[in-house]
Amino acid sequence: MTLTIENLQEIAKTETDAVESYRYRINVCMAAGCLSCRSDVVKASLEEEIRRQGKEKACLVRGVGCLGLCAVGPLIDISPLNVTYQAVQPSDAPEIIGSLTGAPVSRLLLPADQPFFSRQKKIVLENCGIIEPERIESYIAAGGYEALYQALRQMSPRQVIDEVTASGLRGRGGAGFPTGLKWTTVYKARQAVKYVVCNADEGDPGAFMDRSVLESDPHRVIEGMAIAGYAVGASRGYIYVRAEYPLAVERLRRAIKQAKRLGVLGENIFNTPFAFDIQLRLGAGAFVCGEETALIASIEGRLGRPRPRPPFPAEFGLWGCPTLINNVETLANIAPIVRRGGGWFAGIGTEKSKGTKVFALAGKINNTGLIEVPMGTTLREIVFDIGGGIPAGRRFKAVQTGGPSGGCVPEQFLDMPVDYDSLREVGAIMGSGGMIVMDDGACMVDVAKFFMEFCMSESCGKCAPCRVGTTQLFGILERITAGDGSIEDIDTLKELCDLVGATSLCGLGQTAPNPVKSTLRYFENEYTAHVRRHHCEAGVCAMGKAREATT
Amino acid sequence: MSPPTTKTRIATIWLDGCSGCHMSLLDIDARLAAVAGSIDLVFSPLVDTRTYPQNVDVCFIEGAASSGEDVEKLHLIRRNTRQVVAFGDCAVTGNVPGMRNRFALREVLTRSYLENATHQPRIPDRDIPHLFERVRPVHAFIDVEMFLPGCPPAADAIFEVLSALLEGRPPDLAGRARFG
Amino acid sequence: MTPTAPIAQKPRTDVNPVRIYTLRIDGRDVSGREDETILTVARQNGIFIPTLCHLDGLAERGACRLCIVEIQGSPKLFAACVTLVKQDMDVITDSARIRDYRRKILELIFSERNHVCAVCVVNGNCELQDLAVKLGMTHVRYDYLNPPQSVDASHPRFSLDHNRCVLCLRCIRVCKDIEGASTWDISGRGIHARIISDLNQPWGESETCTGCGKCVQVCPTGALSEKGKSVAEMTKRPQFLPYLQMMRKEAEI
Repeated sequence: MTLTIENLQEIAKTETDAVESYRYRINVCMAAGCLSCRSDVVKASLEEEIRRQGKEKACLVRGVGCLGLCAVGPLIDISPLNVTYQAVQPSDAPEIIGSLTGAPVSRLLLPADQPFFSRQKKIVLENCGIIEPERIESYIAAGGYEALYQALRQMSPRQVIDEVTASGLRGRGGAGFPTGLKWTTVYKARQAVKYVVCNADEGDPGAFMDRSVLESDPHRVIEGMAIAGYAVGASRGYIYVRAEYPLAVERLRRAIKQAKRLGVLGENIFNTPFAFDIQLRLGAGAFVCGEETALIASIEGRLGRPRPRPPFPAEFGLWGCPTLINNVETLANIAPIVRRGGGWFAGIGTEKSKGTKVFALAGKINNTGLIEVPMGTTLREIVFDIGGGIPAGRRFKAVQTGGPSGGCVPEQFLDMPVDYDSLREVGAIMGSGGMIVMDDGACMVDVAKFFMEFCMSESCGKCAPCRVGTTQLFGILERITAGDGSIEDIDTLKELCDLVGATSLCGLGQTAPNPVKSTLRYFENEYTAHVRRHHCEAGVCAMGKAREATT
Repeated sequence: MSPPTTKTRIATIWLDGCSGCHMSLLDIDARLAAVAGSIDLVFSPLVDTRTYPQNVDVCFIEGAASSGEDVEKLHLIRRNTRQVVAFGDCAVTGNVPGMRNRFALREVLTRSYLENATHQPRIPDRDIPHLFERVRPVHAFIDVEMFLPGCPPAADAIFEVLSALLEGRPPDLAGRARFG
Repeated sequence: MTPTAPIAQKPRTDVNPVRIYTLRIDGRDVSGREDETILTVARQNGIFIPTLCHLDGLAERGACRLCIVEIQGSPKLFAACVTLVKQDMDVITDSARIRDYRRKILELIFSERNHVCAVCVVNGNCELQDLAVKLGMTHVRYDYLNPPQSVDASHPRFSLDHNRCVLCLRCIRVCKDIEGASTWDISGRGIHARIISDLNQPWGESETCTGCGKCVQVCPTGALSEKGKSVAEMTKRPQFLPYLQMMRKEAEI
């Protein structure tokens, strides 16, 4: 049986009707954040309570994806009441179910008009917290796989690529390479066998954008990959996801199975000659496997180590074939672009950075969680309006973007619009979207040391500058934070940063010095205070504490 | 007899090393006699001077720095010397004395003075300099103007450095000096 | 004999070995095939580019980074051993910047393990030692890491001294690609990476090692050596490789 658009519409209608036949739909966040504070138990107790109160016909409890404000989970959302409850405990179930017809439970109420929700613009996350990630029908009811149908039946591969190019979408994995250009290169490659790879090896400390998307809306990524496969001429795709994301892996597995059963993956999709199949590959926890060539090696079953580029994977990738590698968030943008047109997407964001960006807010910020904002939103809006500012009345010091490859952005740039180019200008990078907020209790030398330790232990060891350089850099930072540094050490830091950045083989090594470089750029005074006065202003470094104890 | 000020005041010192570099210095042989007229050996294991003098032009430092005493000497040399030459691999890299760095000092002492002792096993702790946990090259403590690697440096290389210093030109060590 | 283009692990399907390009290296007009690297073409023309992990006859890794060169018009540096020549490419192999970087990389390599030339079996016959002279590296300004490394002397004829290993992985490549035994591999990552035989068993207990000794001959330092040789007594003879390659290729035709 081949799936037709009518089948798709029918599934959507059945699903919508089924959901709307309930007077109240209670959506419980079942993404990793809320699950970690037992949202599954909350869901069970809500279901139990509904049964107890005999409201099975009126109330539907659904496990949905990430609702965003992870800081106050477990979150539940009740439509059509437009009520969101925070920090819900299983014992709250009777009160919640009992109050459905009356006034909401005020002690649990999350104000709906707060900037965290109102300032966001959701494209990638449009289904997050709304659909059930474990059911393909739920995705289809939200318009899922329509874009794939449209692409396969109404557009040529070239037209699909043209839309992606027109959208101005740039890779969301970190480097911001124009997606349309990458697709074009693979499209133009003449070999018969090509591959599409989804890079879901999210490894930056404090970043959880891709995980949330995969947990909340896995079909969106599958649809994006299938469209990409059609556009570039590939009939096989791989999702390389880290094994540390068991829930994402489970939901992806389920989603792939559902998609195959329904016929949106497999042979003759939508009654066209196009065939596309997706397999999962689990990463074993090496950060460097997020690097394209290392990722390819790992999929091939070889040691996950990068190789020099060129040749680029787009020309010579998986098993020597042209390979399109896109990150989760990039692929999650594809279906909406095809559905609504590249021009629509290009109308969002800034001149050179189009669309929206998902950020994972972490660190010293009130609203820890997942957000999506148009490119060009200022840091101040992100940190203070959406993020709710710094807890405990402390002062904002800097925000680290781009993880261990990125840099810190200090206070004076709070009003800077966040896009690829402005971030690069101030010595940070967009990266994959992790934002770690630091308050005045953070020692920037210690922050640099943290990231350098990360890079040192994640360096694959293949090239000498990264393998030994990061170790030397870490050693110096350790010495400085212990109070044993010298002024010459700061010069050696700068020298090694330059060397490792310029001569390392892959992106990991080339960007590993960035946290040191950017903290030196804006907070060199902290470094000098450590080495000259053996003083750690923030009191983080051990020698600072020892000094405080004696005075 | 010319006044002493016109002669180049040269010192040599032997820190943590085997004295092989000094032996190699003597291997310059007859050519030493040729330059003897233009140098004053003001401090060296080869002469009797007890204290390091002031106003030294060049000091050849053999050996790595392994103890507080070594470092005191290095600073004293640096204060009183225009040009410091790290003389031989121990001074340049730590070399053989530095091979103990991969062990804890305690292990090294235990091995040497207790486990392998055949007579009165005891770790010496009186009247001798306290050893550092790690042996380090000379330039880890003081600025060094010239590095002359080799274990020992070839007599030719030493002579080239000496002649270059006397003639006030940079030495040409190409093909003359290497580690080991 | 001019060594042929090194065998890549997978043949590059995206290059045409018939096409000839003209380019400039250090201001000299030279020509090379599309599948030839900058290093190959430079050496054919007598232009020196230092290398450590590269060895004629083995697959390239591009890992030691000593062969970095500049290409006009790009701010990036390229490893000459893995960068293919292109028409009108303008390569600079010996700028002050490159010399400086190369020396620093070499210092890093020297600082990594315990390279004590004076007591090394290949003293005087060592590629690492020679590189220090060639690149003008007179001393190491970075801290010596002095890691506690072990020696595996379990093999009846050879020994492995991790203290001298620079992780060029020539041994792994020659064992896998030429001998076909795949005895050697690498374990750990970053600064903890080290060579292992079989599944991290003593070399002497390896069931795959054929005892051919190719790894010993291609090792650039004293990490792999023949037993019974003392300080400065071991000489490496990796010259067999290109011949072996050539003869195998001819046998195929």
